[in-house]
Amino acid sequence: MDYTQITSAHEQQMLQAIGVAHVDELFGAISPEFRFRQTLDLPPARSELDLQRDLAEMAAHNHGAHDMVCFMGGGAYDHFCPALIDQLINRGEFLTAYTPYQAEASQGSLQAFFEFQTQVARLAGLEVANASLYEGATAVVEAVLMALRVSGKRRVLAASTLHPDYLAVLETYLSDLPAELCRLEATEGRITVEVLRGHLDDDTAAVVIQSPNVWGLIEDSQRLFSAAHDRPGTCAIAVFNPIACALLKKPGECGADIAAAEGQPLGVPLSLGGPYIGLLAAKKRFIRSMPGRLVGRTTDTEGRPTYCLTLQTREQHIRGARATSNICTNQGLLALRVTMFLSALGKSGLAEMARQCYHKAHYLAGQIAALDGYAMTFDGPFFFEFCITCPRPVTEVIETAKRRRLLAGVAPGGRRMGSIGGPNDLLIAVTEQRTRAEMDALVEVLEELSG
Amino acid sequence: MTRVMESRPQTTHDRPVVATLGQRPAEPLIFEKSSPGQQAVDLPPLDVPTSTIPQELLGAPVALPEVGQHDLVVHYTRLSHRNYSVDTNFYPLGSCTMKYNPRINEWAAGLSGFARLHPLQDDAQIQGALRLLYETRCFLQEIAGLDEVSLQPAAGAHGEYTALKVIGAYFKDHGQPERRVVLAPDTAHGTNLASCTMCGSEVVGVRTVEGLTDLDDLRRVIDEHGPEKIAAFMITNPNTAGLFDPRIGEAAEIVHAAGGMLYLDGANMNAILGKTRPGDFGADAMHFNTHKTFSTPHGCGGPGAGPIAVCKKLSPYLPLPQVMMAADGSFYFDRDRPKSIGKVRSFWGQFGVFVRTWAYISACGPEGLRNVAEKSVLAANYLAARLRDVFEMPYFDPARRRFCAHEFVTVPRRLLEKGVTLNDIAKRMIDYGVHPPTMHWPVQDCLMIEPTDTESKRTLDQFVEVMRAIAVEIDHDPGLLAQAPLEAPVRRADEVAAARAPVLVWEE
Ligand SMILES: Cc1ncc(COP(=O)(O)O)c(C=O)c1O
Repeated sequence: MDYTQITSAHEQQMLQAIGVAHVDELFGAISPEFRFRQTLDLPPARSELDLQRDLAEMAAHNHGAHDMVCFMGGGAYDHFCPALIDQLINRGEFLTAYTPYQAEASQGSLQAFFEFQTQVARLAGLEVANASLYEGATAVVEAVLMALRVSGKRRVLAASTLHPDYLAVLETYLSDLPAELCRLEATEGRITVEVLRGHLDDDTAAVVIQSPNVWGLIEDSQRLFSAAHDRPGTCAIAVFNPIACALLKKPGECGADIAAAEGQPLGVPLSLGGPYIGLLAAKKRFIRSMPGRLVGRTTDTEGRPTYCLTLQTREQHIRGARATSNICTNQGLLALRVTMFLSALGKSGLAEMARQCYHKAHYLAGQIAALDGYAMTFDGPFFFEFCITCPRPVTEVIETAKRRRLLAGVAPGGRRMGSIGGPNDLLIAVTEQRTRAEMDALVEVLEELSG
Repeated sequence: MTRVMESRPQTTHDRPVVATLGQRPAEPLIFEKSSPGQQAVDLPPLDVPTSTIPQELLGAPVALPEVGQHDLVVHYTRLSHRNYSVDTNFYPLGSCTMKYNPRINEWAAGLSGFARLHPLQDDAQIQGALRLLYETRCFLQEIAGLDEVSLQPAAGAHGEYTALKVIGAYFKDHGQPERRVVLAPDTAHGTNLASCTMCGSEVVGVRTVEGLTDLDDLRRVIDEHGPEKIAAFMITNPNTAGLFDPRIGEAAEIVHAAGGMLYLDGANMNAILGKTRPGDFGADAMHFNTHKTFSTPHGCGGPGAGPIAVCKKLSPYLPLPQVMMAADGSFYFDRDRPKSIGKVRSFWGQFGVFVRTWAYISACGPEGLRNVAEKSVLAANYLAARLRDVFEMPYFDPARRRFCAHEFVTVPRRLLEKGVTLNDIAKRMIDYGVHPPTMHWPVQDCLMIEPTDTESKRTLDQFVEVMRAIAVEIDHDPGLLAQAPLEAPVRRADEVAAARAPVLVWEE
């Protein structure tokens, strides 16, 4: 079924109104040599009943956080999401609207995006935020491109403790631009001020620090950013975890000028890595350099509060080649999702979620570190993700845990994580969803492998 | 004109008898509804002992709203009532293909066997999902008539960027790093130009005449910059004026003769599905917008997806990773592509969007997709034919066999000369329950109207009446339009003030 609704009787009337006999005449501009006369080699049309069957069957061929206990992180996390969000988000008025170019016909999404911007700015501890970017890695890229623009400098110092995908994407984006990407090497899984000082120079546009970093460790962002600011014009970019912001120091509190994040933890399904949502916040003085949509509050002709897209002269549809970014379609519906999530959890709920993540992760880390042959890979402070060095190859650990329906964690030595870890390293994330019983089950598996 | 409209709109001084959003009391911000101590959801108590948190790590509380669950649901439901959408209104927004979004797509993407997969799980645990991605890849390759598709890009613009990087990598690898100039018609979408800049390429405009690329100017621009500098010509076809370019083959030859690539912006694929294939008319690379052509919802501006299709010689440069089928019929992510441009996003792409894409293409089948193209073109030509006596159309002339593709452009000069602005017309459409079309693009003072394949004739006829009613109003009472919209939750937004002193966040 192709969902069209024009009957053949209607088609005849319509063709008559146009003044042609057959619909093919309307395609006359396509020269005969380019006409596709065969039938596309695709499976035949299917009824919805068959589709439901086929899709359910394909879905049933996957294991994941729905039928296993998920301790995997590495940039995507299995957090709780209230049921009301799925219900509200599927309202047609949100699902099937376009980007709110026509303010008066889009006050609903505009107001929600304004609320979203406010919440993201508050999470980041900065003054302004945009209405979303594609996902975490491109959000980091956009933050860096912003810093290059506002500073007029060329060098970008990025922590090697950034998520490897963020580094890889940054490398792709900077490769044909007048910019130089330089990695700050880590000591004990974290960046030291000494290493940073050793690389800073007057041409440094940005210092990019992720905290908690790829190992889950909390970086000394405050001291790092203060060192960055010793150079006039250098931007401090924080890559943050939005849930950690409800407990730990936020980017703004650490002195960041710009902050970027993967917003997936805020109620966005894991969904095999996408669609996710990029968050971007900054100090107010950077607003005219920001990429993407911005919603502003104004009034209508009768003085009522009204919302509209604003500062559009930054954007591709007005500024073309000189726009601050090429982004057009962003992640609107997910921005709505995030804003609903943050409103539902609220001030105390998000803080409680963050607190539980912290305590549960520390409980599990304590239990594992006490096992024979297991040790914390690094001893720095962490939030809810930590790295353990196992007495056996991590592949064996993960396989054994799988048989007990546990997704034990992520292997940082694997190619999907850029081979940043050793062969026995296991990165474990503990969200508020994990129960003590589930953690004890993982400890039991690890204990059996310790001998 | 809402889905429930039964009565004909009346003209001139009477308010149109249509269901619109109507005037509504303002909905306060969620922050204004906050009361300390309120909560919409709770968590179970902590079931492990607490650990100490070093004082120096702790931050200040985040000022998030505190509302109960009932108030929260009321709030977002009321906000939803303040939006026009495809589900509630006719939404003929040109270039955006606001077609119906089948609900089975949403149902499928929400299945826990899709929605709860972690992106770093082993390939062996996610064979169903990988099959879906692989099949989607194959579907798109066939529809494009090109050799390999990458599902990585998150939207059309991201697809443009990715494909331009791929083309750049090809030329570098072939000893032609100086090919950095990208050509684009003066009617190109803004993202085309901005994507070039993000790749570090220079973008050069090519003139259009009567909505079509001026091939002489294309040749001239190539000569002027030197054929050896040309990387690509980016063209939208059917183009942004709503026309299939009859000389697309010649344009391709000219670019190819210069050694460059033809890039197709596939935003308008809805008009040609199964009727012609980009690979067949000379495109070397292209992007799809699944949120336009394949009914994955627009969601107030995303998420969509912008998969790209390329010819064989560009394949080795596609981004990492690629979903593959092994000899034994199993599926895996391939990371062994030494010539790849690398990664353009984290993980593997907009998986949830491709569940919807797969469901749509599978529902339509090959004949259905062709029918989609035919119905979208039929609908646009029908509207154009019925409106052209009132709304002038620079490129549409059935007597000269000049038809539009799936959308058309009108520059309503006669009406504008009565003293109304294009914006007045657009805002008045809101009063009739119609979402305004795309404006001032690709030419000044135009409306770009795209009815899509899923609208019924009845809706199209109602739209004709609405547009004619507005034209009558302009003849009799142009001042009325300056006040529009009258039937929306707010009157006209002061966008100038918004930009002059931007307020982007709520401050208590
Ligand atoms: C012709 C054209 N090209 C490119 C784009 C950009 O696509 P996206 O919004 O998916 O990034 C659009 C979308 O509006 C378009 O109409």
